[in-house]
Amino acid sequence: MQLVRNFWQSQIGKKVVMAVTGLILVGFVVGHMVGNLQVFQSAAKLNAYGYFLKHTVGGALWAVRGVLLASVILHVVAAVQLTRQKQAARPSGQGYQKYEPQISTFASRTIRWGGFLLLAFIVFHILHFTTLTIYPDYSPTDVYNNVVKGFQIPWVTAFYVLAMGALALHLFHGAWSSLRTLGLSRPAARPTARPIVTALAGLVALGFAVVPLAVFFGAVQPAAPEQGIPAEALEASALQQSAGAPAGASTTAPTSTLAGH
Amino acid sequence: MKITLHVWRQAGPKAAGKLETYTLGHVSPDMSFLEMFDVLNEELVEAGKEPVAFSHDCREGICGSCAMMINGAAHGPMKGTATCQLHMRSFKDGDEIWVEPWRARAFPILKDLVVDRSALDRIIQAGGYISANTGGARDANEILIPKPDADSAMDAAACIGCGACVAACPNASASLFTAAKISHLGHLPQGQPERFRRVLTMVEQMDIEGFGHCTLYGECQEACPKLISIDTISRMNRDYLKATLTKRPEPTVEYAG
Repeated sequence: MQLVRNFWQSQIGKKVVMAVTGLILVGFVVGHMVGNLQVFQSAAKLNAYGYFLKHTVGGALWAVRGVLLASVILHVVAAVQLTRQKQAARPSGQGYQKYEPQISTFASRTIRWGGFLLLAFIVFHILHFTTLTIYPDYSPTDVYNNVVKGFQIPWVTAFYVLAMGALALHLFHGAWSSLRTLGLSRPAARPTARPIVTALAGLVALGFAVVPLAVFFGAVQPAAPEQGIPAEALEASALQQSAGAPAGASTTAPTSTLAGH
Repeated sequence: MKITLHVWRQAGPKAAGKLETYTLGHVSPDMSFLEMFDVLNEELVEAGKEPVAFSHDCREGICGSCAMMINGAAHGPMKGTATCQLHMRSFKDGDEIWVEPWRARAFPILKDLVVDRSALDRIIQAGGYISANTGGARDANEILIPKPDADSAMDAAACIGCGACVAACPNASASLFTAAKISHLGHLPQGQPERFRRVLTMVEQMDIEGFGHCTLYGECQEACPKLISIDTISRMNRDYLKATLTKRPEPTVEYAG
């Protein structure tokens, strides 16, 4: 316990926490991005994938969500505390009248604000597609048509694409500096070069952004509802929907007699 | 050459400072940057004004005294040199030059361009040494050191403790300085017995002094007059992680007499 406390109190310790949680989240976004690309295969494929995550993976999904949530919280808390310490290390009133960055990248200088943008995006994204709070008329099982409906709205698409730009910058600096913070990188003639991380950041951001853009520009079209979901699962979800949610919450609206049971 | 200087003037540690503008009419391109300040100070003294206080000593890039933020870059525009090795030929006739002290809470300004860098000394005191019994000098080659290790140690040992890394860092972090000292000893056999204790105490002292954390901007490496690589920071972090995970309580031994 003492070890954990000492570790967390040191700035390197906090940076290590940020690096480890950051790399966990990098792993997550890569998996998430690849999963999303199934939207280009078929509606049934994407919906079946959603069903697989929710029902077949089941309880393990909550374990993964727990790890991700803990990672985000630790990452943000450490970032905020380190930022406060750095502000104290050169108080704003005692800063330079003239300061010229020499080699620091735009990505590194905007990593804190970009991080806050991503946090806001994550909250919006979960309310949008996971809890379906923002548009309650989305179906909990028809992932494909939710995506299509979601990205037909211009500002939603614009916000998602903007957030993916921020993600690319965040990964470009964060994924590279995480490895250095953990001391995993090998000594190099040009320590600031990062070809693999650059490719990773670009591919992840493109892989995510191509989905809203494809919907918005009509390359991905609406499909018949609820493809790829087992019939008995649809019935069960319809039962749940009518019992708990307000009327009209589901596209496969159950009969009122079912609601009575 | 005609040069316009905007120099930070501050009467004392508690006084409020501001940029003062001076114009020098006859600057030779062969002058060093500090020689230009000598000329400026002669003019100020002749006019009965207070000369600009700036720290300097060897004027050949090995003592690490000359600390100036020149046009927003630590040690000015020349890569791999200290302010004393910067010559006026790096500037053009009619240039305006802004000169400020290192700025960090851990480096309080004493006067004008002079800052107190004893925070770096205290980091060294916390562990930047090896303990050895004194006695007759040992043979120079008694302890064999592989050439690559000796080279890596020497690269890190080139640190002159000028504080440019702190000055250039947007976080005012002393990571490059501390990492250079840790790498210097950590690469050598003589540094091994205290290697992991050293990294813990030096890093702790770095935090106590109120320096910021490392965001890997890379500005320190660019500003360093000795071109010390941020690879040393990775090494420091690696040693810090190992030291934290393997730390055992220090044995408390009491000796009679």
